[in-house]
Amino acid sequence: MRYILRRREIVADDWVHLGEDPEGAAALIVPLERLRADGARWAAWCGRLGVRIAPGDAPEDLAAQLPHLALVAVEFPNAGDGRGYSQGRLLRSRLGFRGELRAVGAGVKRDQVFLLARCGFDAIELGAGEDLEAARRALTRYTVAYQPGAAGIPLERQRFTL
Amino acid sequence: MYRYDELDQAFVEERVAEFRDQTRRHLAGELSEDEFRPLRLHNGLYIQRHAPMLRIAIPYGLLRSAQLRKLAGLARRYDRGYGHFTTRQNLQLNWPALADVPDILAELATVQMHAIQTSGNCVRNVTADHMAGIARDEIDDPRPYCEIVRQWATLHPEFTYLPRKFKIAITGSAEDRAASEVHDIGLRLERDAHGAPGFAVLVGGGLGRAPAIGVPIRDFLPLGDLLGYLEAILRVYNRHGRRDNIHKARIKVLVKSLGAAAFRDEVEAEWQACRADAPVVTAAEVERMRTFFRPPRYEALADRDVARGREPRFAAWFRYNTRAHRVPGYRAVFVSLKAHGANPGDATAAQMEAVADLAERCSFGLVRTTHTQNLLLADVRQDELYAVWRELEDQGLAMPNIGTLTDLIACPGLDFCSLANAGTLGVAHAIQRQFDALDYLYDLGNIEIKMSGCMNACGHHHVGHIGILGVDKHGEEWYQVSLGGSANGFTALGEVIGPSVPKHEVAPTIGRIVEVYRALRTEDEPFIDTLRRVGLEPFRAGAYALHPQAA
Repeated sequence: MRYILRRREIVADDWVHLGEDPEGAAALIVPLERLRADGARWAAWCGRLGVRIAPGDAPEDLAAQLPHLALVAVEFPNAGDGRGYSQGRLLRSRLGFRGELRAVGAGVKRDQVFLLARCGFDAIELGAGEDLEAARRALTRYTVAYQPGAAGIPLERQRFTL
Repeated sequence: MYRYDELDQAFVEERVAEFRDQTRRHLAGELSEDEFRPLRLHNGLYIQRHAPMLRIAIPYGLLRSAQLRKLAGLARRYDRGYGHFTTRQNLQLNWPALADVPDILAELATVQMHAIQTSGNCVRNVTADHMAGIARDEIDDPRPYCEIVRQWATLHPEFTYLPRKFKIAITGSAEDRAASEVHDIGLRLERDAHGAPGFAVLVGGGLGRAPAIGVPIRDFLPLGDLLGYLEAILRVYNRHGRRDNIHKARIKVLVKSLGAAAFRDEVEAEWQACRADAPVVTAAEVERMRTFFRPPRYEALADRDVARGREPRFAAWFRYNTRAHRVPGYRAVFVSLKAHGANPGDATAAQMEAVADLAERCSFGLVRTTHTQNLLLADVRQDELYAVWRELEDQGLAMPNIGTLTDLIACPGLDFCSLANAGTLGVAHAIQRQFDALDYLYDLGNIEIKMSGCMNACGHHHVGHIGILGVDKHGEEWYQVSLGGSANGFTALGEVIGPSVPKHEVAPTIGRIVEVYRALRTEDEPFIDTLRRVGLEPFRAGAYALHPQAA
């Protein structure tokens, strides 16, 4: 059983990535290229459906599918690749995605979770071997945000306005 | 200048706590070097040739006396008693121990300083004109906007892991003393038809490999839109900038590959799409920032002829090392970190303390760092200039050479930097020796030499009137000479004049180049003007005239 951070709590993961056991789970995360290659199959699938996007994918291209998706997993292959932060921001604020926005991949560590939460990620699936409890504490490492619109930081501890 | 409020203070302290934990995890083996690298870089810490190098942020080059004293104390306690001021107005300590760095950062936080985002692939220290607020040709003071950008860029959640480093400079004067055209973003203050300030926006300038001059993408950006527009540029870059090749990852490469017009269209489209939920700079926020940079309480004085009847060395210092001030009765005073025999940009702890004291007594307690690796006392009463000169002279900080050939810019080079191909300090010393005679130096007038120890161009060699680039040739240090670069309003990239020369030939080659100038100049014609008038050829011929070893 995998545990993840969801809205600042450590919870058992009720989602399964395609290729993981059990294949027949009721909530499945499918890579974007598989979703596209086999659209009819996934349209007919009756469980909850999530998509996993890679750093080079454009969130705008998902606009038509988003209403049918309960989760978008954004991949951070390493800590230095920051494209996923922009993808998260766009999914939330421009495309209005209200489902679970999850950061996944080897680049997701406690040192990034504060930034991820600020970009709209409400679920964090840490890279292998990472300490969940430490990551949960790191979410509240900063009590100040220099940018407006920071979820979890009181307005009077933010700068500028939207 | 800006003072931290409770939020700023809480933030830097939280940052120190985070880095202390990261350093502990690294030293305990929980974070590999690969994992630790981006985290330490975001806190200004490089691993260098001899030891770590810590680059401390001096936002837009402004320091209070107490802060400079703290830097002196840190240099003495954690380093070897000196520091190096950089072309981006920061301070580098070259010898701190890794385990001490969290303590150094904690001490910096006590004087409202930090080393956040002075390296790594993020938005770096925002730089500005060192004459901000006192220049006679100023359109508007850039510093309130620098502070706004500094705050917005600090731990920006979306733009902390960019493809590559990202440098922003803001200039508020007709003469561009901030080299804004060779920054990833250059912002040039303008006023619209109603007198309201805003920015001309240039993108894609930068030195290093494939140097480029920034291209204009907006003639006039209203103040309120500043941060939203920056977010649009950064988002386009973060999404589309190359990440597969470190040498092609700067925004200049993206601008070039798309073409300036297509890049501008991308940014404008992103701006239109994001402006509804982009941060706004309100008039109230601008006013709040302006209050921090109000002019000090100047006295009503008249300009006076302070050099008359004084010794020639003071008169020379007055002429070369002080600048006109907006307010009558005052001058801006350069503290030369270019004494002959010293490393360009270096200052000892004792020198820093002396400057801090002088600033407290004679310049409203403020010191500035300059893009040219000197310090500046911005607001000195003319009737105190002689006493200030005496003290600077005692400290070895009054070398009357500002704007001359020996006021040269140099990165630390192979002696310190693990990226360098060749040394810069030995070459700088040789140039200082060759041009030690002040009469000769003054006769040559304004000549800017800029020297880098490698392609990364920390010494801005591309934009030197004379640029020197260290290269590695089969394990030996050789130097490529270029001519015709400039970064102050008529920005141009220098052209390499021919084969590189060995170390001992650099100063003599420059000697021959300036002799060509002396032979060809018209009366009072500066070096760069002669060069532009007659072209490179005579200089190329002269530079290699007596040079059998060139290869």
